[in-house]
Amino acid sequence: MQLRLSEEERMIQKTIRDFARKDLAAVADQANLDAVFQDEIYRKLGELGFMGVTVPEEYGGVDLGTFCLTLALEEISMVCPATAIAVSVHNELANSIVLRYGSDAVKNKFLPAMASGRSIGVYAITETEAGSDVSAIRMSAVREGDEYILNGNKIFISTGDKAGVIIVVARTNADDRTGGLTAFLVEPNFPGFSIGKTEHKMGMKASTTVELVFEDCRVPAGNVLGSPGMGMKIALGALDGGRIGIASQALGIAQGAMDSAVLFARERSQFGQRIIDFQGTKWKIADMAVKLDAARLLVYRAARMKDAGEQCSKEASMAKLYATRIANEIAYESMQIHGGVGYTEEFRIERLFRDARVTEIYEGTSEIQRLVIAKKVIEEYEQAYPS
Amino acid sequence: MKIIVLLKRVPDTEAKILINQEGTGIRKDGVKFVINTYDEYGIEEGLKLKEKLGGDSKVTVFCLGPEESTEVIRTALAMGADDAVHICDPALESPAPFTTSAVLAKAIKDEGFDIIFCGKQGIDDDTAQVQGGIAEALGIPQVNIASSFELSEDGSRALIGRRIEGGNEKIESALPVIVTCDKGINEPRYASLPGIMKAKKKEIRTRTLADLGFDEMPAAGRSKILKWLPLPKGGECRMVEAEEVSDAVKELARLLREEAKII
Ligand SMILES: Cc1cc2nc3c(=O)[nH]c(=O)nc-3n(C[C@H](O)[C@H](O)[C@H](O)COP(=O)(O)OP(=O)(O)OC[C@H]3O[C@@H](n4cnc5c(N)ncnc54)[C@H](O)[C@@H]3O)c2cc1C
Ligand SMILES: Cc1cc2nc3c(=O)[nH]c(=O)nc-3n(C[C@H](O)[C@H](O)[C@H](O)COP(=O)(O)OP(=O)(O)OC[C@H]3O[C@@H](n4cnc5c(N)ncnc54)[C@H](O)[C@@H]3O)c2cc1C
Repeated sequence: MQLRLSEEERMIQKTIRDFARKDLAAVADQANLDAVFQDEIYRKLGELGFMGVTVPEEYGGVDLGTFCLTLALEEISMVCPATAIAVSVHNELANSIVLRYGSDAVKNKFLPAMASGRSIGVYAITETEAGSDVSAIRMSAVREGDEYILNGNKIFISTGDKAGVIIVVARTNADDRTGGLTAFLVEPNFPGFSIGKTEHKMGMKASTTVELVFEDCRVPAGNVLGSPGMGMKIALGALDGGRIGIASQALGIAQGAMDSAVLFARERSQFGQRIIDFQGTKWKIADMAVKLDAARLLVYRAARMKDAGEQCSKEASMAKLYATRIANEIAYESMQIHGGVGYTEEFRIERLFRDARVTEIYEGTSEIQRLVIAKKVIEEYEQAYPS
Repeated sequence: MKIIVLLKRVPDTEAKILINQEGTGIRKDGVKFVINTYDEYGIEEGLKLKEKLGGDSKVTVFCLGPEESTEVIRTALAMGADDAVHICDPALESPAPFTTSAVLAKAIKDEGFDIIFCGKQGIDDDTAQVQGGIAEALGIPQVNIASSFELSEDGSRALIGRRIEGGNEKIESALPVIVTCDKGINEPRYASLPGIMKAKKKEIRTRTLADLGFDEMPAAGRSKILKWLPLPKGGECRMVEAEEVSDAVKELARLLREEAKII
């Protein structure tokens, strides 16, 4: 597997790194204190091509792969993990679902605006009773002539209030738990659609998380993605990429936390010496470095496999499980190394520490990742050692 | 208009610079190389001029440097430059500024040019000599440390602003001219993803000394780096303490004379 970056990948990394450290860093602290979504940042990211990373050129994208997106999410998350949410969901879930399952008419209509970042795509699965268990979705979709009528609520939808395109999964058949779900493309101006309550979260504050309300919301039948009944497959199928995206976000958080820990420890002195010179600090730094490298290898492997068109559910889940865990561990130790100032809003580590937490929860909790991994591993054993 | 921008590949500003064992240069292992920061302003100024003029204006990048320079050249092409000339020859491993100017001037002359933009200095060697050497070799005016640039309305002259002590200076120059750019003249654009994709298809023409018609290294021996030395380690800081300032001054003078032996 190719671990070193190609010349092109290094150029991409340089662009997004410079952008993150300059443009994004200039607004990130305030945006997270005020909990405001940065439209301007997404406009610029769109201009630079980062909202259409995996979309083919015919639809205005740049047709680069998941690995390129990994590099971007990593750099963005070192500075502002909240900004990475919409970049990941938009590219890995919304764009890729429209590209793969949209009709030609749908693709032509929506993808160019999505790929340029003018229209942000979001992914709406979660309901009050359907979190980890997607098959428990209740929101109903009933066919009426050329339309479907949607009724129900989606909760916890990232960037839902800024969306131009909403991928929704609803129930078209009450009797078939997993085969009775259908995916739709909804536009926010459809009659019967509205934004409900906004969540007040522990972290990721510059990313909005809202409820979406559908009251007799009319969706043209042409906006069905794939075919009726494919909803579950579409929702879960896109998650390989989505999970690599969140793993990359976690990697960026871990790197950012590690960087501030080491730089801080070099500057701070207590008991007449720099705290980096205490053996206790050194051990922390060594552990952080090993975890970070191991996570990066897992994430890069999953991304490279995805780009090579290989089946990578297990590897994507492994990358997400591990990278999100160590992001929390490293953020925890980094704050510890910072001492009291690390607990204040003056230092980025305070924000990274809070932001890290949810990476173990969304796009499949760590427990769900373990279920996916164990299922695959046991299957592999069954094949190698048939009983 | 034929717009030329010069580009030097330099160690990243964040890189830790160490001298190699032989004392013939810096250690390059593990060091990231980037476009000279000031040259980025030159590229941006060239691109802005091209966009303003439209038509068949063209921005050509000139870079003298090792084979690995293609990465920074591609970055300039990804920013929007049209094509590039890469002067690459084993004999030019670490050329003196005179040599660099002579070689670049010849290559630029072969290409044809109406205006040249570059940075006010390289952030590595800080010699700021190459630009002057090129102006001299091409027999054109040079305006240094530009903080603004525009063409006169009829397009025949360059109007260049310079920040000077206590004010601004406006200079009007005939074309062609070489303009060296300062920080603040513009905000260099990023190489966008579409730009990076397009850059793959743009042409980089490689030239050796022989291609440029040099039988031997031009201006060889006019200046030579004898040895590279690391900065001497900074000494310890010692605070002179005393009740009265006058006593502290006396003590300081004594230390400088008797211990440091410098007065
Ligand atoms: C900030 C934020 C942004 C979000 N953005 C989106 C979005 O854009 N779109 C969207 O659709 N959703 C979004 N979500 C929702 C998110 O995907 C869900 O929170 C997540 O899937 C978990 O579901 P749940 O919260 O209902 O928890 P539950 O599913 O109720 O889980 C509760 C606990 O039980 C455990 N558990 C559940 N099932 C099992 C099992 N079979 N075995 C072992 N343990 C189990 C879980 O691991 C967890 O620890 C977002 C959530 C947050 C917090
Ligand atoms: C919310 C809050 C309330 C507070 N309230 C009060 C208060 O009411 N009154 C008050 O006086 N102070 C208060 N403090 C300050 C608090 O007591 C200090 O933050 C704490 O003692 C740590 O000191 P420091 O922040 O300077 O970290 P440092 O001492 O600089 O420590 C930084 C890191 O170096 C490590 N370290 C330091 N020395 C060694 C060593 N010898 N060996 C190994 N590792 C070492 C530390 O464990 C830590 O990980 C408060 C702090 C906070 C965050």
